[in-house]
Formats: sequence, structure tokens, C-alpha cells
Amino acid sequence: MSQDKATLDAKTVAKIAHLARIKVPAEEQEHLAGELNKLLDWVEQLGEVDTDGVEPMTSVAAQTLRRRPDIVNDGGYPDKVVSNATDATEHFFSVPKVVE
Amino acid sequence: MQRQGVVVSLQPSMTSNPLALCPESGHEKPLVFPLSQSAETMAYRIQGETGEWEVVIGLEVHAQVISNAKLFSGAATAFGAAPNSQVSFVDAGFPGMLPVINEFCVQQAIKTGLGLKAQINLRSVFDRKNYFYADLPSGYQISQFKQPIVGEGTIILDLADGATREVGIERLHLEMDAGKSLHDQHPSKTYVDLNRAGVALMEIVSKPDMRSPEEAVAYVRKLRTIVRYLGTCDGNMDEGSMRCDINVSVRRPGGPLGTRTETKNVNSMRFMHAAIEYEAQRQIELIEEGGVVVQETRLWDTAKGVTRSMRSKEEAHDYRYFPDPDLLPLVIEQELVDQIKASLPELPDDKKARFMEQYKLPSYDAGVLVAEKARGDFYEEVARGRDPKVAANFVIGDLLGALNKTGKDITESPISAADLGGLIDLIADNTISGRLAKDVFALMLETGKSAAVIVDEKGLRQVTDTGAIDAVIAQVMDANPDKVAEYRSGKDKLFGFFVGQVMKASQGKANPALVNEILAVKLKG
Repeated sequence: MSQDKATLDAKTVAKIAHLARIKVPAEEQEHLAGELNKLLDWVEQLGEVDTDGVEPMTSVAAQTLRRRPDIVNDGGYPDKVVSNATDATEHFFSVPKVVE
Repeated sequence: MQRQGVVVSLQPSMTSNPLALCPESGHEKPLVFPLSQSAETMAYRIQGETGEWEVVIGLEVHAQVISNAKLFSGAATAFGAAPNSQVSFVDAGFPGMLPVINEFCVQQAIKTGLGLKAQINLRSVFDRKNYFYADLPSGYQISQFKQPIVGEGTIILDLADGATREVGIERLHLEMDAGKSLHDQHPSKTYVDLNRAGVALMEIVSKPDMRSPEEAVAYVRKLRTIVRYLGTCDGNMDEGSMRCDINVSVRRPGGPLGTRTETKNVNSMRFMHAAIEYEAQRQIELIEEGGVVVQETRLWDTAKGVTRSMRSKEEAHDYRYFPDPDLLPLVIEQELVDQIKASLPELPDDKKARFMEQYKLPSYDAGVLVAEKARGDFYEEVARGRDPKVAANFVIGDLLGALNKTGKDITESPISAADLGGLIDLIADNTISGRLAKDVFALMLETGKSAAVIVDEKGLRQVTDTGAIDAVIAQVMDANPDKVAEYRSGKDKLFGFFVGQVMKASQGKANPALVNEILAVKLKG
């Protein structure tokens, strides 16, 4: 792809961390940016391979997407569904109020 | 917010009443544009302080697929079940659970695509759309991003004046719905019900081809008609099985496109109309005051009648789509597409064309009759072997008008198609007059009895006995010697008076044609 080295700065790392809801303290962001840049550089080497005319591989085995008939054969266990919830009321998950 | 100086002008006479396009609004005929008007002068324009503005609208409609089970799990889809009772571990995002696609949902998407005259992509790919929200347990929605199952198509809008207009479909893709958040059950908590999570949705994206709120409403109405004909979505906006996101931007007429905003959460056609009007005016005011429209997600606030920014969603626009590693590409066979195509019912546009051709109905009448499949079926039964225009007038003008008042649809009609046909037969064979038929119709509506039974019970059978009519005429003439004299001295207009008196004296039962005929002779003297 691009000849320029992909570079992540600390700010981008903070944004990605937030989107993924992973807490990364400010003092670790610079270091993590370096780590991630190394990974990106490493993966970037794939760009050197000539893939013209090669179908993208979607599975290691030659198989097609398995399909299911339109039959109801699951559900009906609300107790189990909310069993791991930190807070549940009358089979609802109960979470701090989110508006919008 | 100041709203001075912003006036919506519609040229020359298009009404801004959203119901004007609504077949349910009954028999009132909308104003018809003079033929000399060009499309350009009919355009919807908003008059700002610095000149005219044009509104550009694109719609994303989420239509819930009719299926027994969810898109990727075997849990049920029925509306209104007890909380979390229709949830599988797949829907709840439990670790290690794998999605398996429901083949019927795929068929429904293909069917809808064919109904929209769209390209069906034999190979499509499911992607993960990542965002955090309490009603999305896995942290991603399985959707289709770069390779949707359905590509470009078209939809034909039926406008208020009977005219039609084509709007492009950009794509249709399959995705799973999220759960439902209930914010009003507890002062500090939100309750989450995942029954809806994983239900199959078709997101149908239009091209930005619409130019007025009326067109946007007509688009959703037509789309709803099509999916209901196809049986792929019930189109019930109240229950949320059809939801609409509206992209709106404004520009100088014919100028470069402006920045658009996306308004979410619009769940009725009336709100759609209001949201577009509000959002267009807001943008115009902003630009005219020297501001800039920000591309953002906005929310329609039903209570206040305004759109407002959804700041929480701004960063969520970074969805980091990538192909779902749990799902291989969806490859469908052309034979399946052909098979579905062969099974398609007659679609509304084809039915409309047939009604215009076969029954010689005007475009507007045909459009109203095909808006619901059941309506077209009802009409055809009434029209079979009868005057199709008379049948259309009774179905549209009388029956739909009456049903609309009570909020019923034609499947709940107290008058069956056979009985309405029976009423028309009684007019055709001169048993009752057209005038009396209206009274009989009202009684049929009230009692559910057939026209023949009502006519017999009430003794409404039309008098075609000339002797009896002669007698009534003589009686009326005797009672009004002065009027007879005036008529004979040249006051022709009194003829109507005599007809009226004779009809009244016969309690509406005299055959009007005979009354006219005999009166003319008798009055001459």
C-alpha cells in the first residue's frame, strides 16, 4: 500500500483504547505507540507480495457458509441469560442510565 | 431559536399536508397541476432570507424481516414477549457462541431486492460493526459493509397528483438488530431487553434523490407497500418493524450538495415530514447566519418537535468494520434467485398499470386501490362483472372514507366485497336510485346486512310504476299552482324544484329518470 511508514502517535493510541474501552494510562501511551508501530511495520511487509489475480482467502478449508432452517429451537431461558449480570431486575439487564 | 424569515413555499400549489399523499386519507382528490407546469416550477423550495433553498433527502430504512427465528440464532422473533425470554446465548454475546445464518432471512432479502428491481449479489460478506452500547452485548453488530447482498435498484413514488417519480436504491444489506433499552422504568437505571437482539433487519439505503418531505413520505409509503406485498416485512412502524434514518442537506437550487446530517429515531411518516422540515430550516438559518452545518447524527425529539445533536454518537462513527471471522462469505446460487423471482406476487406498480388498463381507472384511483394488497383484492371482487368505475367510486369514496374515519383497514370492513357488489347491482337494475344507494350504504355499514335485505326491510324499492309516479306528480302540481304558472310562463329553472318535490313526496323512492321524463310532459300542460 503506502510507501510511508504507518505511524501511530500517542493520541491515536488513546483514541483506539477508548473505542475498545481499554484503560491505557497516559504514561504508557507513548510506549504502546512504539509497540504498535513495530507490529504495523511487520505486517506491512505483506505489501511486498505480489497478489495480483489472487482471490482473497476466506477460509483455510474449501467450505461454504453453513445455513440453518427458519426454525425456533433456542431461547426460553431468561434466568440463564441474565445469570452473569451484575445487576438484573425481573429478567431485564439493569445498567446505569444511558440517555440517547 | 428564531424562526423569522424562513417560509416554506410550495410552487405552485403542492400542499404541505403529509396526509395529502396518504391513500388512507380517503377520497379527497388532491389538486391537480395544470399540464403546462414544468417539473422545475413544481419544485419544493424554502425561502430563506438570502434566497431560495432546495432540500436534498436520502433515507435509510431498517425493515425487520418476517421470519420465525433470528438471523444468526434459533431464538424466536415474536413481538411483545417477556423480557429476555427470546434470547439465545448467541444473541446475548456469550463467549464462544457462533452465529449460523438463517437461510429464510437470506431468501427474504433476495425477494425484497427483486421487488425493488435491484441487482442481487451472488456473493456477499458479513462484517463486524464495532461500537459499545448497553443493548449490544457482543460489542459489535454483524452487518454487511462493502459487499451487500443487494445492489442498485429503483422505486417508483406515487405522488399526490397521480404523477410518478423514480428514486434510486443504493443498496440493501442484511444485519442483526440490537436489543431494546428502556429508560423510563427506573430513576437511575436503564433496563435492557435482548429479545430484539439478533432479529434480522434489511437496511435499505436510497440515493439522495428526494427533494421534499412529501417525496420522502411517498418513498417510505411505497417501500412499505412493496415489502407488505412481498411478505418480507410487516411494515408496522408503531412496533418498530420499520424505522427510518433521514439524511438531509440543503443547497441553492441545482447547486453543489451541502453537508448532510443524519436524523435517527423517526418512527412515523408524520414525524418524518416534521423532522425534514425542521432540519432543513435549521440548516438554512445556520448557513444564513454565517455558520456551518456539521456532519453529525441528530435525534428527532418527538415531544419537542425538534432535532438535536446526539453528541454521544459522534465518536461512535468510527466503527472499525472488518469481515466477521465467524462467517464465511454468503454465496447464493442463481437458481435460487430465479426460483424466488418466479414466485413473486404481482407487485403494486404492475397491479396499478393493470388496473388502469383493465378497468380504465385514473392513475390516482388505481394508486389508492393497490396501496394495500387486500384493498386491490377487495376492489377486484366488487368490480367483477360490474362497472369498474362505479365499483372504484364506492370502494374509494364511500368505503375507504368510512373505514378511515374509524381507523379500520379494509380487512376489517363491516361490508363484504360481495355485499358491496350487491348494492351496485341494485342500482344497475333500477331497484334503487343512486341517491338512495348512499342511505342503504350507510345502513350496511351500520348493520352489516346486505343491500337487498335492507331495501326489503325498509321498503326502499324504487318506484318504477308510472301510474304511481303520475299520481305523485299530480299531487305536487296541485299543491303548487303558482309555481306551475311561473314555469309555464318561462321560468325553466323551476324544473329542479318540481323534481325535488316529487322525490321528497315519494320518500326518495321514485325512479329519478322516470320522474324527469313524466314531469317534462306534465308541466308542458
